[in-house]
Amino acid sequence: MSPLVAIILRDVRLAFRAGGGSFQAVAFFAVVCVLFALAAGPDLTLISRIAAPVLWTAALLATLISLDQVYRADREDGSLDVIIATSDELALTAAAKAAAHWLSTGVPLIAAAPLLAILMNLEADAYLPLMLSLAIGTPALSMIGTFAAALTVSLPRANLLIALIVSPLYIPVLIFGAGAAAAGAAGDPQYAANLKLLGAATLFAAVTAPLASAAALRSNLD
Amino acid sequence: MNDPAAATPAPRYRFRASGVSVSRGGVQILRDVSLSLEPGQAAILRGPNGSGKTTLLRAFAGLLRKDEGEVEVTAADGKAVLDPAALTVYCGPLNAVKFSLTVDENLRFWAALYATPLSEIAGARAAVGLDAYAGRNAGALSTGFCRRLGLARLLLARRPVWLADEPTASLDTASARAFEKLVERHCDNGGVAIIATHDAVAIPHARHIELKAEVAA
Repeated sequence: MSPLVAIILRDVRLAFRAGGGSFQAVAFFAVVCVLFALAAGPDLTLISRIAAPVLWTAALLATLISLDQVYRADREDGSLDVIIATSDELALTAAAKAAAHWLSTGVPLIAAAPLLAILMNLEADAYLPLMLSLAIGTPALSMIGTFAAALTVSLPRANLLIALIVSPLYIPVLIFGAGAAAAGAAGDPQYAANLKLLGAATLFAAVTAPLASAAALRSNLD
Repeated sequence: MNDPAAATPAPRYRFRASGVSVSRGGVQILRDVSLSLEPGQAAILRGPNGSGKTTLLRAFAGLLRKDEGEVEVTAADGKAVLDPAALTVYCGPLNAVKFSLTVDENLRFWAALYATPLSEIAGARAAVGLDAYAGRNAGALSTGFCRRLGLARLLLARRPVWLADEPTASLDTASARAFEKLVERHCDNGGVAIIATHDAVAIPHARHIELKAEVAA
């Protein structure tokens, strides 16, 4: 088995075991949606209008809270030393870590989104655009997020710092993602443009974030 | 997977570090440390707390930046490899064990990282005496068993330079002797080993190196 595949399989397995992050991220995703729905009150048309942006924001926040452990857990038990010492190309290793994060957090969030969309009274036409935009956009959230995790791996209690680093970088993804979901539901011609820009953001993150993560991990060798 | 180590006699490796200086947090911990080991030789590194044993091993393993100096591993009949991260295996005070994976899952993960055939796992597991615990969650192992699992990584790595930091900490006397035997066998096969320890670790023909306490500047 290639080392990269082994890292992905191990991280996904750990995430779905007891104490792993997958269930927590999905639960947090649901909690944020429910709180929004409760705060918005009983006006069903209002809730269904804000459903897509709320689902997108909640998915982003759920991703955010799962980032801290991506590299920290490996550093605290010594695995990070082993992973770095056996890595031929650290950027590829970082890409594998990001892929594992997406499989264990992004995919469960996408799977949970339709259920929460029912709760938010999302219009029938809006499901496909929402799912498509989440599928294209969440890999960017994982790529950018794991870069921030790599950058802060040697700092204690880095959760808030990760949020501060990542939030501005997440803005384009959020705008195009929520924009695509809304435009798709309304039959707006901007739909395709939004999806393409979202895809461009993901591709840009896929190329730059692993390189930046590798540099961050190297500079944190201490 | 091809396995050259099994087919041909194990190559013999020479280890040489010259003029290694390492700083951490802006303080120079090690100044101009040199060490060379012939194939099959072990070195026991001693010194008081804070003398830089761990720092030196991590620098040898390529896990810390060196201010100066170089580390070189040479196959007895081949070319020298500078900064040979791919020829060293470092086993530090943290065991790199994932508590929510079983013993065998941990071993299989390491085998994949080191490109070691899965068939070698059973041998490594037996060598550290964990056969009865193959399917147990590593989180349910005692401290000493966890340490043994961590040491199994030295065997799985199949790399010529072993860098072990306090390997016998939390091991009982019998396991510590068993570890000495593993190091001996590794050296007989042409590898080298550098072991930082405070315990009485006895390895035949080992060099003894004493690091001085850090001199406050």
